[in-house]
Amino acid sequence: MNVPGFNRRGAWAIYKFEMARFRRTLLQSVVTPVITTSLYFVVFGSAIGSRISEVGGVAYGAFIVPGLMMLALFTESLSNASFGIYFPKFTGTIYELLSAPVSVLEIVLGYVGAAASKSVILGVIILATASIFVPIRILHPALMAAYLLLIACSFSLLGFIIGIWANSFEQLQFIPMLVLTPLTFLGGAFYSIDMLPGVWRTVTLFNPVVYLINGFRWTFYGASDIGVGASLSMTLGFFALCLVVVGVTFRTGYRLKN
Amino acid sequence: MPAALSISNLTKTYASGLHALKSVDLEIRKGEIFALLGPNGAGKTTLISTVCGIVTPSAGRICVDGHDAVREFRACRTKIGLVPQELSTDTFETVWATVSFSRELFGRPANPAFLEKLLRDLSLWERRKDRIMTLSGGMKRRVMIAKALSHEPQLLFLDEPTAGVDVELRRDMWGLVRGLRDSGVTIILTTHYIDEAEEMADRIGVISRGELILVEDKHALMKQLGKKQLTLHLQQPLMHTPAGLSEWRLALAAGGTELHFSFDASEERNGIPALLRRMDELGIGYKDLNTRQSSLEDIFVSLVSQRGQLRP
Repeated sequence: MNVPGFNRRGAWAIYKFEMARFRRTLLQSVVTPVITTSLYFVVFGSAIGSRISEVGGVAYGAFIVPGLMMLALFTESLSNASFGIYFPKFTGTIYELLSAPVSVLEIVLGYVGAAASKSVILGVIILATASIFVPIRILHPALMAAYLLLIACSFSLLGFIIGIWANSFEQLQFIPMLVLTPLTFLGGAFYSIDMLPGVWRTVTLFNPVVYLINGFRWTFYGASDIGVGASLSMTLGFFALCLVVVGVTFRTGYRLKN
Repeated sequence: MPAALSISNLTKTYASGLHALKSVDLEIRKGEIFALLGPNGAGKTTLISTVCGIVTPSAGRICVDGHDAVREFRACRTKIGLVPQELSTDTFETVWATVSFSRELFGRPANPAFLEKLLRDLSLWERRKDRIMTLSGGMKRRVMIAKALSHEPQLLFLDEPTAGVDVELRRDMWGLVRGLRDSGVTIILTTHYIDEAEEMADRIGVISRGELILVEDKHALMKQLGKKQLTLHLQQPLMHTPAGLSEWRLALAAGGTELHFSFDASEERNGIPALLRRMDELGIGYKDLNTRQSSLEDIFVSLVSQRGQLRP
């Protein structure tokens, strides 16, 4: 029997398995972000938007759309990917994955690919929901799609790492709740960092999420607080870092194998 | 022809310092059923887990059908099926989905006809559209076996396949294992039950504290297991074994109230009727009697203690 160097069917099986999980919970997977997005529009768009009419020439309601999409993308990618790999660890079914003829490549492609796919689908749904509330123009649609994909993959990778690292459901929630949510809210999802006083503006520049949100916003409106080059390198750097961590994790068997 | 499984110098020390495997050497022939016996914590599951890629060995080499388990892990694992001891299933999946998933995960092209036959053989066909969470424990065990067989492995590991399983499933399992062996599958199983090893295995290995202390043909081992003991509870305690009973191997126990007679169960004339007649003639009364076959545990204990005496 000839055994190929890459188990295409294995990776595809994991991907389909994860997407089936998504389909089973389709209603809550789709309804929740739509309701959340609408709420943000009501709260931020109407309440604050009535005080701030424009940011950098863009209507406030439209200005927050990229930030909202990023917020959803971060949380959905993290929770989907981390849960996807944590659950088999929790139930013990991970034995099959570890004993299968798959390497880290197939496992990551399957799990991270599925989590990223779900996030992209949700991002598009949020964009569609937002377009009901405000007129949206996208200056660089291809770049926007590419950015969406890159962010979804990066955060799904991060989620995958968290899922492997976590030994309890509390730990699974720890980074999303305590690290990512504050960084996103302080990362200019709902405002331009130019609005901040000088010192805080400098502090904000150490927040990596600022670069991600601004890069994404640039693909919409062609303007952002930070140069698109810096944003893109930050995003790619983050993606590369996650890849390295995953590689090292599997090489040492950390928290998966004894 | 390479061995189905060849293990040399396999050693595993866990981070906790536990020496789960101490330089184990083992060769499994193609097409045989090998029973691995040993008390809890002896290293049975660790041994299986290192071969299947779930535990990373500290040292040693594993070859499956001539393929190195590290360098050619894909070729190795494609040939291996594993039914672990714990019942771990994807509770939200249907039986059909989970079995199809397993087959694809191991890189095999879809084959609904094969999976149908597999599910029918395991009496799971009627339940194929049901979610696993709705199945009984025994049915879940069948699902795990179906998953392990879904990619047509040549080497099957069954880790305590009949622990906590009802009589019917146990008998089904034995039939299934025999059927698999007839189709050329090599089977390694761990068990606590002596009758299971006796019923199924061609060869038996005994593992204790991480060391493989014995690998023997079943029939040779069963001879050792064949020792039986008759215990007679006497009405009056005896000070010493009566001279009239000297032709039997007897021993007094429990302060002279019990008379123990060891005999070989495989001998057709074991001497019990003659012994009882003679006792009658001598007027030695007894209240009760029972016979006991030396259990696997006795064998373990004697093997392990012999081992202990050899190395102080």
